Amino acid sequence: MSIPVLALEKVRKAFGSEVVLEDISITVPEHTATVFIGASGSGKSTLLRCINLLEQIDDGVIRLDGADITDPSVDPDEIRRKLGMVFQSFNLFPHMSVVENIILAPMRVHSKSREEAISEALELLDRFGLCEKAEQYPDRLSGGQQQRVAIIRSLAVKPRLLLLDEITSALDPVLVNEVLSTVRDLKEHGMTMLLATHEMGFAKQVADEVCFLERGRILEWGKPEEILENPKKPQTQEFLKRVHEAGRL
Amino acid sequence: MSQEVGRGSENHSDSTPYSFGGSWTPSAVELERRIARKARGRKNSLVAAASSILVLGTLATIVVTSPGWKNLSDTFFKWAYGFEVLPKIILGFGANVFLTVIAATSVAIFGLILALVRTSRSPAITPFRILATIYVDVFRGIPMLLIILLVGFGIPALRLKGVTNNVFILGICAVIITYSAYVAEVIRSGILTVHPSQRAAARSLGLSNFQTLRYVVLPQALRRVTPPLLNDLVSLIKDTGLVSILGVTDAIRAAQIASSRSFNYTPYVMAAGIFLLVTIPLTRYTDRTLRKSIDRQNAQGLA
Ligand SMILES: Nc1ncnc2c1ncn2[C@@H]1O[C@H](COP(=O)(O)OP(=O)(O)O)[C@@H](O)[C@H]1O
Ligand SMILES: [Mg+2]
Repeated sequence: MSIPVLALEKVRKAFGSEVVLEDISITVPEHTATVFIGASGSGKSTLLRCINLLEQIDDGVIRLDGADITDPSVDPDEIRRKLGMVFQSFNLFPHMSVVENIILAPMRVHSKSREEAISEALELLDRFGLCEKAEQYPDRLSGGQQQRVAIIRSLAVKPRLLLLDEITSALDPVLVNEVLSTVRDLKEHGMTMLLATHEMGFAKQVADEVCFLERGRILEWGKPEEILENPKKPQTQEFLKRVHEAGRL
Repeated sequence: MSQEVGRGSENHSDSTPYSFGGSWTPSAVELERRIARKARGRKNSLVAAASSILVLGTLATIVVTSPGWKNLSDTFFKWAYGFEVLPKIILGFGANVFLTVIAATSVAIFGLILALVRTSRSPAITPFRILATIYVDVFRGIPMLLIILLVGFGIPALRLKGVTNNVFILGICAVIITYSAYVAEVIRSGILTVHPSQRAAARSLGLSNFQTLRYVVLPQALRRVTPPLLNDLVSLIKDTGLVSILGVTDAIRAAQIASSRSFNYTPYVMAAGIFLLVTIPLTRYTDRTLRKSIDRQNAQGLA
């Protein structure tokens, strides 16, 4: 079997005395999507931030394409260039127009010419139906549009792996769909992804594997049908019941 | 036509989804409301005018009918003499403007460097960070007049080779030293208010620490602190007058010379007027930028 894009081995992370992640081991093969579900505070964001080296893990190993990225001699900037991350709160740069947001990293990090970066950015915007927003500033866009721009921004550097952290949680229910269909589109084009989400219907559609996280541990994992429809552990059943009651299934 | 309303089709990118039915004329209710609003507006401005006349009129009467008024107006508002010495004062004000331009430029650079050093978390910078903190604390804590005196009289007294004794240059240095400390703190506060998630987003795109600062953090920080920085600029213009105690012939010194020659204080009033001519428009402008930046932040909060 070929080397997975991402592999975590017994990862542990604590903030002070509070253990937030414990014994996390997963593999994400190329062109697959792994979805993390779990209550808020279960450690999903922290896990994604650790993979992105925004947080330092306390134990275990994280491998990207087989190479240990938690080795102290590794340059974090070098790793982040290969990863795309989209946040719950969009985090577009408010002082830049949409197209400037997108071309920033290609120009400054990947030394592309402005013309090349712009033409690629416009191509991406066009592909996701946001072409006429290119010159707008983020505060003039709807939440859904902002989040799609954030996704495009992370795609502009052609990442090996996309990390999506509850990217629809801050959105109006009406706007959720446009963002999710963007992600589905990416999945169909073979993007390797790791997601945290509360959208169970969506998880079922895109996930190759679902992991249920509780208090920093992976309690149950497997095919989306298994986990989402026939969970074995009572905690998973309880969680899914609560999500169902909240009307998100 | 009305069936098109809503998001019926997939390609809602081309035209506006809603169409309005051409011309609109205000209804009777709206017209009535407008008349009522206009009437209330008229009443409000009448009240404002009456109260202003009453308050300002009373104040003016008290001043003008006071027993010393005649005497005071002779010594402070002798316009003929004032206009006679005006050219000298304006010439002196040129020195203030020159001082302001040089000082503002240097302060911007030096203050920015201090702010960056203070907010940096790099271990290599640690000694500089401590020095910068001490610098800012010390020079924000001493009255500027004292710093001007210490630099203006202290440095020549050292009789160092190659160091200037020119009071103008020493005066500028003293102003730069003090204001850099103020401005550094303003910029630092701006940097600290940029939300950490902006940094996280930039870093996760692969931007280095420096690039994050240069392209993401600083532009937002500086935009936010533009109003307080403009306030500092107004203060700077006024405070350049303090170097007159070193003997620099600025507007205040020129006025002082003119008034001591005739024992009349009108030149001071003229100098005050000249300062106001520059500072009031700048203050108004500052006010407008402040309101705009608040509006912008509110808009971002809603998005
Ligand atoms: N920087 C931090 N310092 C201390 N505790 C943190 C920090 N970030 C997250 N935590 C804690 O880690 C736990 C998991 O948080 P998080 O990863 O955000 O969960 P989720 O994304 O699943 O809602 C929470 O209990 C939270 O309080
Ligand atoms: Mg989270």
